[in-house]
Amino acid sequence: MRIETVINHSREPRGRAAGDPSPHVPCVTSAVGGGPSGRFLSVAAAIVVATLWNGVAMDHAIWAEGLVKRFGDTVALDGVDLAVRGGTVLGLLGPNGAGKTTAVRVLATLLRPDAGRATVGGYDVVENAHQVRQLIGLTGQYASVDEQLTGSENLLLIGRLLGMPRSVAKQRARDLLAQFDLTDAAARAAKTYSGGMRRRLDLAASLVNRPPMLFLDEPTTGLDPRARTELWDLIRSMVADGVTVLLTTQYLDEADQLADEIVVIDRGRVIATGTPDELKAKAGVQTLVVRPADGSRVPVVTTVVSEIAQVTPEVNGHSVTASIGDPAILPAVVRRLDDAGVVVTELALRNASLNEVFLSLTGRPADETADAPQTTDATRSEGSRP
Amino acid sequence: MTSTATTSGDRHPATPVPATKTLSPRVGPVEGIQQSLTLAWRTIVQVRHNPWELGDFSFQPIMFVLLFTFVYGGAIAGSWQDYLTFMLPGMIVMNMLFVTMYVGQGLNTDLTKGVFDRLRSLPIARWAPLAGRILADQVKQAWSIVLVLAVGMILGFRLGTNLAGLLGATVLLLVFALAFSWVSVLVGVVAKDPERVQIFGFTALFPVTFVSNVFVPTQTMPGWLQAFVKVNPVSILSDACRGLMLGEPWYTGAVTRPVLQSLLWALAIAVVFAPLSLWALKRKV
Repeated sequence: MRIETVINHSREPRGRAAGDPSPHVPCVTSAVGGGPSGRFLSVAAAIVVATLWNGVAMDHAIWAEGLVKRFGDTVALDGVDLAVRGGTVLGLLGPNGAGKTTAVRVLATLLRPDAGRATVGGYDVVENAHQVRQLIGLTGQYASVDEQLTGSENLLLIGRLLGMPRSVAKQRARDLLAQFDLTDAAARAAKTYSGGMRRRLDLAASLVNRPPMLFLDEPTTGLDPRARTELWDLIRSMVADGVTVLLTTQYLDEADQLADEIVVIDRGRVIATGTPDELKAKAGVQTLVVRPADGSRVPVVTTVVSEIAQVTPEVNGHSVTASIGDPAILPAVVRRLDDAGVVVTELALRNASLNEVFLSLTGRPADETADAPQTTDATRSEGSRP
Repeated sequence: MTSTATTSGDRHPATPVPATKTLSPRVGPVEGIQQSLTLAWRTIVQVRHNPWELGDFSFQPIMFVLLFTFVYGGAIAGSWQDYLTFMLPGMIVMNMLFVTMYVGQGLNTDLTKGVFDRLRSLPIARWAPLAGRILADQVKQAWSIVLVLAVGMILGFRLGTNLAGLLGATVLLLVFALAFSWVSVLVGVVAKDPERVQIFGFTALFPVTFVSNVFVPTQTMPGWLQAFVKVNPVSILSDACRGLMLGEPWYTGAVTRPVLQSLLWALAIAVVFAPLSLWALKRKV
């Protein structure tokens, strides 16, 4: 049954980002695409797929292929492929309006895709939505707690809705409030909570059922740095407990901090996939930082760096930075500076930040919002930001 | 960093993990009812935490009863005692319509704050969030009927019929509220924020309730207005409640006719607005 679905699906044309290596396309299924002797090939392919199914130890707990979602004329998702291995964190990275929220809403069964297919824990998000809902926890872009209820009532409500007996639900609420450092605020209405407390309560609410998969849609947007770090720690501890996380963010450092893998999306298309390090390497950019002990030697350093690296370095205070493509430049710079008798207090070659990666992938910085007034990302945020 | 899967040089095709856990494929009706009750409980708890809302549907009707009885009563009916008897059943009807607006207001709050998304992401019956709201509304309705009636009785309102008549009126009001909730749901879905649901309540419900026989007898109005007042469901429902609570003297026709007409109106409203609201809700989320 499942195999047939895969094969049928592979016959449908799919939108795909240009230049995207499409790492998630089941290559076997593409072999049968539209062949004349389709039936025979289908059977053959089915056997191969079935073999792969059992033979490949790739348990993609969250998996999507060719997701398309349109809102009127706006294409929010334009053929998105995703695969998250069990127990890992996938960071879905992109600017506002890139389609991140739409992707999460499709995977969390809140939106039906117009095309494509997705499974969570092996269950189809459209056909078996009810099963999927039993496996997931969702923390939306804006803390979706009932502001009129107290922290503990919010958690009790979810527990009761999930069919827990009252005493069990109460105990679970107490445990979660303690775990999320909200015990003191348990009896206060959620509307009196700070932004960080609301997020923690929201996260706790999505964990009542101990779901094996967690969707976090921009979990730290609008939080101060301390609350952000606290939330990161909580997310890490959940991952340590074996939870699979799909996290959307527009903060590149957040993806760098939390994600095992990053999928960069822009205008509804996947434009890059890889580990944070792979993405940085892919962009092929490294930054050389040189800081002379004596500030007056900055011009000498600038000259040396510009001659060797063939670029115009930037000067920030006493430190000179330059983007370079060839790591061999570093020792050359060191030799020349030594010859010139310049003592340096800092000399480093660091990988590009994800900001630079994003710039090199899209030709514009990540914080520059996509031109198209796209997707629910944008429309929702306007309506519901407190 | 354990992950190399989707990006390593020789790629395996990404495959979803086969479904192994046995999970229930759908929600049973009993579970659905339990979930609706839980969500209704939530709405009632909200009222406990938000005394303003309680004030809205408790003190406001009390104020209205006092205001109309003592300020206008004498001028309209000759004596405030007579006016109280005439007006109170209609006042209960009017109050019922206003209380229904909390369904839409609460739904709108859930939609704009993202609570509705959370509920939809839970393995609960799809109809439970709406059913819970409407169920809670019935509790609020029952409360406000009892309240207005109690205030009226303290002031001297007396039932002209028996307890069965009162019970009949209550059931009729609750049935009508159930149907009218769908109008409220539609407003709640369409409105941009909860305040606008309230604004609708005032701008649309006030004319409809005032251009009726709730406060003054129809005969005193100009002919063209009478035509509207006579078909206005608020008038019909008020007549039905008067008949059921007061008996014949206050009512020229039989009780049965306005009761049946009210039920027909309720049915018509539900038939039009329930599908419309559900369609709008589906489009919105």
